[in-house]
Amino acid sequence: MLKLHGSAISHDATLMQRGLFIVTKKSELPRTIKSKYALLLDNYLNYEEGYGAYISFSEVKISNIKNYFYLPKEMDYLGEGDIIRIEPSGRINSLFRINSSHNTILLTEQCNHYCLMCSQPPKNIDDSWLMDDAMALLDLIPRETRNIGFSGGEPTLYGDHFIDLINKTKLILPNTTVDVLSNGRAFSDSIFTSKFAAINHFDCVLGIPIYSDDPARHDYVVQSKGAFDETILGILNLKKYQQKVEIRIVIHKQTIDRLVQTCEFIASNLLFVDHVALMGLEMMGFTRANLDQLWIDPFEYKDILSEAVDVLTCYGINTSVYNHQLCVINDDVLPNYKKSISDWKNEYVDQCDSCLKKSECGGFFSSSKMYRYSDHIKAII
Amino acid sequence: MSKFQPIEFYKNKKNEYSLLPFRFEPLSEVNYAVTNLVGEHLIIPRETLEDFVKHKLDSSSPHYINLRAKHFLVDDKTQIAKELLSIKLKTKYRVLSEFTGLHIFVVSLRCEHSCPYCQVSRQSDDKIKFDMSTDIADKSIDLALRSPSKNIKIEFQGGEPLLNFPLIKYIVNAAKSKQKEKNLSFVIATNLALITEEILLFCKQHGILISTSLDGPKDIHNLNRPRPGGNSYEKAVEGIQMVRAHLGIDAVSALMTTTKNSLGRVKEIIDEYLKFSFTGIFLRPLSPYGFALKTKTYSAYDANKWHDFYLEGLEYIIDLNKTGVKFREYYTSTILTKIFTSQEPGYVDLMSPSGIGIGAIVYNYDGLVYASDESRMLAEMGDTSFELGNVLTNSYEDIFLNPKLLDPIEESFAFSVPMCNDCAFETYCGADPVFHHAIYKDFVGRKPESEFCNRNMKIFKYLIERMDSEPYIKRLFMSWAQSNA
Ligand code: SF4
Ligand code: SF4
Repeated sequence: MLKLHGSAISHDATLMQRGLFIVTKKSELPRTIKSKYALLLDNYLNYEEGYGAYISFSEVKISNIKNYFYLPKEMDYLGEGDIIRIEPSGRINSLFRINSSHNTILLTEQCNHYCLMCSQPPKNIDDSWLMDDAMALLDLIPRETRNIGFSGGEPTLYGDHFIDLINKTKLILPNTTVDVLSNGRAFSDSIFTSKFAAINHFDCVLGIPIYSDDPARHDYVVQSKGAFDETILGILNLKKYQQKVEIRIVIHKQTIDRLVQTCEFIASNLLFVDHVALMGLEMMGFTRANLDQLWIDPFEYKDILSEAVDVLTCYGINTSVYNHQLCVINDDVLPNYKKSISDWKNEYVDQCDSCLKKSECGGFFSSSKMYRYSDHIKAII
Repeated sequence: MSKFQPIEFYKNKKNEYSLLPFRFEPLSEVNYAVTNLVGEHLIIPRETLEDFVKHKLDSSSPHYINLRAKHFLVDDKTQIAKELLSIKLKTKYRVLSEFTGLHIFVVSLRCEHSCPYCQVSRQSDDKIKFDMSTDIADKSIDLALRSPSKNIKIEFQGGEPLLNFPLIKYIVNAAKSKQKEKNLSFVIATNLALITEEILLFCKQHGILISTSLDGPKDIHNLNRPRPGGNSYEKAVEGIQMVRAHLGIDAVSALMTTTKNSLGRVKEIIDEYLKFSFTGIFLRPLSPYGFALKTKTYSAYDANKWHDFYLEGLEYIIDLNKTGVKFREYYTSTILTKIFTSQEPGYVDLMSPSGIGIGAIVYNYDGLVYASDESRMLAEMGDTSFELGNVLTNSYEDIFLNPKLLDPIEESFAFSVPMCNDCAFETYCGADPVFHHAIYKDFVGRKPESEFCNRNMKIFKYLIERMDSEPYIKRLFMSWAQSNA
């Protein structure tokens, strides 16, 4: 697992405020753009004046160097083109990795849901600076970027600022596809939806969760009354305006019993959605606190998963199964199986060493590996 | 952890709910089928149904949750049902606004076959008398292109339409040059005995599809379809291969006519379809227009026999699928589309409002316009109730606003017909005013006595119970419900 945040071991920050910088090793960049860059020092040899910041993973001693940050070894994956945030305190965040196909930008930790299995537990604090950073980040992201994601918390809580962000993304990254994770409730307001649709982004997908066809159960999972109706209405509005919607279902003990019915509900009422993602549980955030209510071994629900996939695909709905291990699913799910746990590094357990399917298997979240995973992991041989 | 509320907190507070429109029908002593206006269905026990209608159903019971999720009730927890119902209802009836999509051109009444069940064809060389003229063709094309439908399908029928192939060519070219902004498609319904390379080249050039007849194994087929030489089967088989070689495997579809000869032999018939790599079969109900109307022998006996024939066939096809052979039955698929989706499959007999005239229309060789294929058969037998006008003398408005069309459509609309209006299967069923008129002399008939009603009611019940009995079958049926091609 890669460390996305870290603190400089030592620094000499004259930064007055936090800043975003593109990591580079090129010491001869034109004067006019140097300040946007953090020069990664191999040693003092490539030192050049005028860069926004300087970073290194082993200590470099140069006198009069300004904004130099000596970073911990765990962050040495940072390389040419990656974008980092540096705070005057010496805190460093990796915001954008050039070699990752799915960069997700956190817009807020505030949320109007409080999901039992939230991996990013909501905080009720003003963190609108995250939005400011996201806006600034857009100016630094290369135009060739295929995709970026925005997540929260609930990004649409920003209201019109959220619209501004997507609009800016469209204008500044005209070829980049966008994924937004949202609970969809804001779109129950047709005026908001019409504004969003008016951006006319060529490929912006809203990933919206529906956890049950039973409104009480959905509301329970997201811990918010009235969520179900608003989310469904939101999806209907988005589709009225021909926007792209992906439905996301996290599978756990509270959703498994009605998973097939939920898929039937989607097929019969929301047939027009662009994609349905059936996802395994990640052992992050609230999940651990609520483990008793949430945990069910994927091996136990593999037949239900097969049935759910069957319902969706038979209606022609584009369906993917994420965050599962090949040894705990039935073969009929394989055409919809996606090997994506994270872009960083797929984790495996001891049993996997002798497994013939390891290269096709998504493996585990590191959180699952550390905390809880199926008792039925068994090498496929 | 106290930060999280238990599920009880999110359930509706009062055990109060309102019923949304629904209908029910007993399947057995114990179980009832309940359905709503868009075809959502559930099977529930009688006591549950009673509790439900008496507003006594407990909101934590699984039946309650199912009924709510399928829009049979609304309560203080959720109101989204009405929104979803209205969208689905709109989808279901959208075809009505598109109006007539299928235009049948009877380019010749002549035929070299002499099938006993065919009421219309003539063994004659008299082209003047029995072939459509270019004049009539022109007028018919104009009418067809007036249809608001964006997709216009022209189907050439007969007699044997290939006996007048020059006119088919004429119509295809003329329709293409006259049309503006329509998606035109063409089908020739032919017994294939007269198919030639030249014809197929023309079909290829214009993307014309072929629909043919295959009644089963050689003996049944040739018994049903006599022609000079007694080789209808051989001709059809040869033709199918020829069409596929030129136009591709899916360019030819086959239709089976069920006759008394077929009854009892459904597996052999299906095997024949498999042999020629067809992906499905339409086990058509016995047509009453042939032997029945004339001889008045169309009895419950035949209806029951057909039902057995259909069920045996359906079960055989289900078993085939279980062994991995993908094959479907199209009559069932049509019904399943209505059960599982909001799409209208557009099969005229199973439409309400009836699809006569507004789903499909027939331009006869002599210029007369009929509301359906069956309507022209009735006319051949002297009953012109569904003759809507003449292309040479009547306008589009005369024909499509003719009370002879509008009255039967209105009167037979199942939603307002006695018994159908209470029937749980009304959304899956059709109106079929032509059939009812032919047999019972009014557009509606008395449904308890209607062979149409009995036949379909039995099938609906069977299908719903059958898929409830086995998850595999429910999945299979769901897949049949999709794009009925
Ligand atoms: S043994 Fe490991 S690699 Fe193999 S399928 Fe299971 S989880 Fe995947
Ligand atoms: S015809 Fe019979 S089965 Fe069909 S809707 Fe009417 S009553 Fe029901």
